[in-house]
Amino acid sequence: MILLQLFWSFFQIGLFSIGGGMAAIPLIQHQVVDLRHWLTLTEFTDLITIAEMTPGPIGINSATFVGIRIAGIAGALTATFGFILPPCVIVSFLAWVYFKYKGLKVMQGVLSGLRPAVVALIASAGLSIFSLAIWGEAGFFSAQSFNFISLILFCLAVFILRKWKLNPIFVILGCGVAGGAIFLLI
Amino acid sequence: MGTKKNIYKKLFSSTFYLSAFTFGGGYVIIPLMKKKFVDDLHWLEEDEMLNLVAIAQSSPGPVAVNASILLGYRVAGLVGAIVTIFGTILPPLLIISAISFFYTAFRDNIVVNAVFKGMRAGIAAVIADVVMNLGGNVCKEKDIVSILVMLGAFSATFFFKINVMYIILVCGFIGALRVLMQPKTGPKEGVEE
Repeated sequence: MILLQLFWSFFQIGLFSIGGGMAAIPLIQHQVVDLRHWLTLTEFTDLITIAEMTPGPIGINSATFVGIRIAGIAGALTATFGFILPPCVIVSFLAWVYFKYKGLKVMQGVLSGLRPAVVALIASAGLSIFSLAIWGEAGFFSAQSFNFISLILFCLAVFILRKWKLNPIFVILGCGVAGGAIFLLI
Repeated sequence: MGTKKNIYKKLFSSTFYLSAFTFGGGYVIIPLMKKKFVDDLHWLEEDEMLNLVAIAQSSPGPVAVNASILLGYRVAGLVGAIVTIFGTILPPLLIISAISFFYTAFRDNIVVNAVFKGMRAGIAAVIADVVMNLGGNVCKEKDIVSILVMLGAFSATFFFKINVMYIILVCGFIGALRVLMQPKTGPKEGVEE
């Protein structure tokens, strides 16, 4: 039964993808390409490219993409449901623990240690995206792939965000439209 | 029950809208959530927002989905969590379903690529802005351990590519240790970093 297989594969991916979307990619590849042969490696690479171009977590994008190609809409829904079930259960449990014990001193201590760590994780993710935006796949400070227009867009966007506190969504869309137009013209 | 219905509606529309714009990884949803739920709607304090993100990060699954669940639960209980799950997973589900039928054309389209290249600069700017705010607040507390934890966690993930799970565990442990060692006068050794 193909739906059951979809559910079970993505259930395992959901259960073991700890540490962000990048950590999920090898798990998805193992299940979808190596184990079940639902996608070829080329199709899988396309999937990752598309997942990065569209909004949403890479796991949900993969579940939907694989599901719909293997078993239509029902497949997409089943795979997505399988993928989010483990995190939903685990997060609900953690939420219950958090709201029940957040007054405890030890819990306060743990959270006070986690808050600066979360800021650091966001900063690290931001720097990776910054590097991708300015230098492309080549990585930091590679002279030949340096993109001056992206850097100007970035600086303008930061200025607008800090000065006028504009909604971040408008800033992202604005950069897409302005940047897209410039890149197509040159 | 009219107000409760309104809260659910607001939760759904907010998470749907935010999820539709979470390009480039789960962390992008955090500045968007902060703007919407902390700054605009005042449903959460900034500290509590960071607590929820920390818990979202400690669990398997996408940060964006986990954070939405916690937010829904915090604002409107279990029903709230279910509402935010749907709000968060529907946009990628719909978009990928549509694109899966012509994905090679989409991938190779020069307009799509140019727009996306521009959006990356905007996404980087949005994250830079929120990091300046949050990091500034951590520094303002003038708590040397917090600042060291922040720098240490940053180096661990950015330079040494250590799995986020271990970083979360170690930083939580450091925080707990500080609280447990507090009442004693003159502990022999401080918290190592």
